[in-house]
Amino acid sequence: METIVKKRIKEVLKGDQNAFGEVVELYKDKVFQLCYRMLGNRHEAEDIAQEAFLRAYMNIHSFNLNLKFSTWIYRIATNLCIDRIRKKKPDYFLDAEVPGTEGLNMYSQVASDTALPEDELESLELQDAVQKEISKLPEKYRSVIVLKYIEELPLKEISEILNLPLGTVKTRIHRGREALKNQLRYV
Amino acid sequence: MNCQDTINQYMHEFLDEDILPEHEKELREHLLHCPACQNEFRELKKAIALVQSTSHIQAPDGFSSDVMAKLPKEKKKVELKRWFRHHPLLTAASLFIVLMMGSLISTWNQDEQFSVSKQPNLVVQNGTVIIPRGQVVTGDVVVRNGTVKVEGELQGNLTVINGENYMASAGNVTGEIQEINEVFEWIWYHIKNAMNNLIGVIGNNEKEQSLLEVAAF
Repeated sequence: METIVKKRIKEVLKGDQNAFGEVVELYKDKVFQLCYRMLGNRHEAEDIAQEAFLRAYMNIHSFNLNLKFSTWIYRIATNLCIDRIRKKKPDYFLDAEVPGTEGLNMYSQVASDTALPEDELESLELQDAVQKEISKLPEKYRSVIVLKYIEELPLKEISEILNLPLGTVKTRIHRGREALKNQLRYV
Repeated sequence: MNCQDTINQYMHEFLDEDILPEHEKELREHLLHCPACQNEFRELKKAIALVQSTSHIQAPDGFSSDVMAKLPKEKKKVELKRWFRHHPLLTAASLFIVLMMGSLISTWNQDEQFSVSKQPNLVVQNGTVIIPRGQVVTGDVVVRNGTVKVEGELQGNLTVINGENYMASAGNVTGEIQEINEVFEWIWYHIKNAMNNLIGVIGNNEKEQSLLEVAAF
């Protein structure tokens, strides 16, 4: 896959925009998935994933063809996600209890965006619960956990994506796992 | 439980698939005897399994086209290049035509000057070529940018490019007479010439009739 991508990128460098469309097609799911797990929201994820590809196109001249394109696009996307998380540090949480009610949180106030068949409901509830717990992780743990367990990348590549020493990546994964273990204990 | 920190470290090393064999051995032996650590290890693995179980989601429909629509407009030059690359046959054909036209038109323009093929008894006066009365000229005569007066006899073809042909009543041309005044006729003439050269010697009756043939009387 990397060789096809490199070929396409060379065409993009010559100015052929359509070649970039094929690159987007190859990586869109992975990048969207990364953004969705980082941000926990489809609309924002789509927004940021598109922005990541746009930035990649604008800066394609600075891409080093000796590196993996996936590492580069993941780096752009992760950085954009972290920026977004930092900017919109919410002053309230959806799962915080609504004042003056008992056991009602903001989720109960938000309409569910899709109607679901009953049999799928249970597994989707579980997935939502897990996603909620991922979203609660501090962003420095969240990014390593998403890259490791959802994108299933080797530690070495994660350290390249995040531009961090391997040891730091390991420490963060260990702490992220500990945090998830505590959060998911009763799921 | 003073072992906890080391064992916990080993658990993470194990989960990273980056553990020394002796550490793994130690971890396994410890887990056999320590229910608290067993539980801890199980919960860690459960957390990972839950994270991994979140089904893989796909980018929304139209994602790629949305991205492409947001890209800055590419240069016209590149679009043209791509079109050429995707239509090699048309490119080759159009290139051929352009080159052909170019060379033909440039030769046409070069031929502004008066010229005539050399035959011993042709008389040239002020841009007029005369085949004198009573004389016989043999071979094909080609005149460019000039007038021709046929008073004698020409045994061969007469071609007048960008000029006029006057036939005196006594004049006689045994071959074909062609007058060429337009660029396209001229091109046609060239193509025919080229074809004749290519095919070589072909009988006169197989030659195509010219567009503007003047009766030789």
